[in-house]
Amino acid sequence: MSRRHVLSVTVRDEPGVLVRIAGLFARRGFNIESLSVAQTERPGISRTTFVVIGEEETVEQVEKQLQKLVDVIKVIDHSEAPFVDRELMLIRVAVSSPEDRVEIRQIAQDFRARIVDVHRDALIFEVTGDAGKMDAFIDQMLPFGIVELTRTGRVALARSGGQERLQPRHTSFAQTEGLSNA
Amino acid sequence: MNGAAAVLAALERQGVDTVFGLPGGAIMPVYDALYDSDIRHILMRHELAAAHAADAYYRASGRPGVVFATSGPGATNLVTGLATAQMDSSALVAITGNVASSLIGTDAFQEADVYGITLPVTKHNYLVKSVEEIPRVIAEAFHIASSGRPGPVLIDIPKDVQQAAFSGYFEVTVDLPGYRPTTRGNQRQIARAAQLIREAKRPVMMVGGGAQSCPEAVNEFARITGIPVISTLMGIGAYPYGAPNSLGMPGMHGTVAANRAVTGCDLILGAGLRFDDRVTGKLSGFAPDAKIVHIDIDPAEISKLIRATVPVVGDLGNVLPELGEQVGKLEIDEWWTTIREWKATYPERYRAGERMVSQEVIELLRDESGGGCIVTTDVGQHQMFAARLFTTDRPRSFLTSGGLGTMGFGLPAAIGAAFARPGEPVVVVTGDGSIQMNIQELATVFKHRLPIIVAICNNGMLGMVRQWQEMFHAERYSEVYLADCNPDFARLAEAYGIAGYNISDRASARSIVREVLAKGEPAVLNFEVEEAEKVFPMIPAGAGVGDMIIGDQDPDDVGDLPLGEPEGVGA
Ligand SMILES: Cc1ncc(C[n+]2csc(CCOP(=O)(O)OP(=O)(O)O)c2C)c(N)n1
Ligand SMILES: [Mg+2]
Repeated sequence: MSRRHVLSVTVRDEPGVLVRIAGLFARRGFNIESLSVAQTERPGISRTTFVVIGEEETVEQVEKQLQKLVDVIKVIDHSEAPFVDRELMLIRVAVSSPEDRVEIRQIAQDFRARIVDVHRDALIFEVTGDAGKMDAFIDQMLPFGIVELTRTGRVALARSGGQERLQPRHTSFAQTEGLSNA
Repeated sequence: MNGAAAVLAALERQGVDTVFGLPGGAIMPVYDALYDSDIRHILMRHELAAAHAADAYYRASGRPGVVFATSGPGATNLVTGLATAQMDSSALVAITGNVASSLIGTDAFQEADVYGITLPVTKHNYLVKSVEEIPRVIAEAFHIASSGRPGPVLIDIPKDVQQAAFSGYFEVTVDLPGYRPTTRGNQRQIARAAQLIREAKRPVMMVGGGAQSCPEAVNEFARITGIPVISTLMGIGAYPYGAPNSLGMPGMHGTVAANRAVTGCDLILGAGLRFDDRVTGKLSGFAPDAKIVHIDIDPAEISKLIRATVPVVGDLGNVLPELGEQVGKLEIDEWWTTIREWKATYPERYRAGERMVSQEVIELLRDESGGGCIVTTDVGQHQMFAARLFTTDRPRSFLTSGGLGTMGFGLPAAIGAAFARPGEPVVVVTGDGSIQMNIQELATVFKHRLPIIVAICNNGMLGMVRQWQEMFHAERYSEVYLADCNPDFARLAEAYGIAGYNISDRASARSIVREVLAKGEPAVLNFEVEEAEKVFPMIPAGAGVGDMIIGDQDPDDVGDLPLGEPEGVGA
């Protein structure tokens, strides 16, 4: 069954590591829905977060291929355990009347979206949340007219305790695979 | 000491004594340092050939091969060699010079993005930024290339880094948190695998290239359990062909017995292989009744194409002894009766008419050399004939480009093997097409008087392509004809200072082969063979094992020509 997987990939900050990962996805025909990269709490270590859609086997293959890269330290598939994920969106919405302005601000409040730029005929909002919230906000704004928007792609962390429980999956594929076949 | 000298010192610490390569502007500091070094450099006539030679040096010896090349065209010439090594898991360290750091990214003379170009065809690669990194990068490169699943590693070093003063330390500890190959098999998985194998009524073991590094473990496992053993193209020799348990090669041009066994078995123990499509054919038709126990050091190969019932990640050399102990002797007499019947019904055979065929040339070389030589091949019909007929009982002694299928591999590979195992004769089984892809290396053979016999199965054709055109493209022969302007190979060899023979009849074939083998000197033997010969059995691409075309291996289809039958092959 094809579904969404959120993968956290911890990598050594070596030049070209992103090219390596992106190249791997391209080469093996894996589709990335979103991708984000940032530094972590540890110097020299970055975390990239991917959202990929695929069959269980495909995603398992993605994970193994990622794990094979020398600069990749750890791969976590968040779909295996509880996790928190967030995304940030900046969205410019057209304002064509004072009434619209009031209504747009009201909706934004409900979404806890912050206004970060104000113009006579447009507003820019900053929205954070999970992907569902982004989509819902966009839906609400569509009737007013969306001038442009940009999204960061998702970032994710396992919920407390999840980290430890996930460990075996990523140190030995043999074990988990064996279990799933038992 | 400068960076270039540090490179050589670091190589020496890795135990490197031989390097293959060809110099140029951006790697001149390294070549200058070579002048004072104990490392022996073998000057090749093409960087691609140098890469193949270094690759084969590893394949023949288990010691990583090293190749040097200059920036730009020198480095891009390596690419096919790196891809070849990557596909066949060969430990190769390539060191390339690049333009000075300040010029990188400016389209400088002979600049190419070698790091970017080689990224997908290496296990790992480096662009060295500062001279201090050299010892660490070289230590890491050798560690990565030769551990886990071996593969090529490229180190690109800008010229200014080679020239910079070096005053660092060579003692480095390799610390790669993202690279920790699993070598010991998981105990529970091994126990589960053992149970499945014990329960199987019709098991087979299939060994691949991974078995070349632990032939003893493979032999011992087969001896203890009595399991039938199939060797893929890359596994040839890891288990002795002549051993009673051996069924030969599976797949597109595999033996009837091996393919029938794969189709009829209820368990495959895959050991150090990756179920390549040339082995499996159409996936849905592959081993339809079999449970799969898959042992490999690369977890990504397990369940990539064929879902493993029990995966075991680890080094074969560690896993097989434990597994064998738990499996013990298998009671599979009935299965063996069936297999023996297949082997007896379908021994290797071919038709030999008035003209010689490649098969008999290969048998002649095998019989006259008494199995004591290293064989390298090129790619095409002759390669498949050699895989099945130039049978060897020794590991690391049948060197061929399996995964990439690189024409031009054979001759440079023979050079690499000759340096890896001095004193052993090497036979290159090649075609009139393939040999012309690296024929310039006859100069290297001559220079070192290497005991290499180049045996050209000259069918005047790109024979394998011709076979496909005959069988699958309605005999529309498109761009496969070579005969009208093939060179006179004997005279060409002589131009390089090497003895050359054009051979078209059987009687002289045998006496010439004997003569050159006895001399132990380089020779080019150009055997003029039948042009329309085809490789059988054959499972057409994309078809299942059930669609195997047995062709002239079919005992009921004797026809009016005498059948050649190799001695000592078959049941
Ligand atoms: C570098 C490269 N180019 C093209 C091919 C495709 N190819 C596979 S076999 C073959 C014909 C090889 O001819 P030859 O060396 O004479 O061998 P034969 O099949 O005649 O024995 C070709 C062109 C290849 N494998 N490698
Ligand atoms: Mg030919």
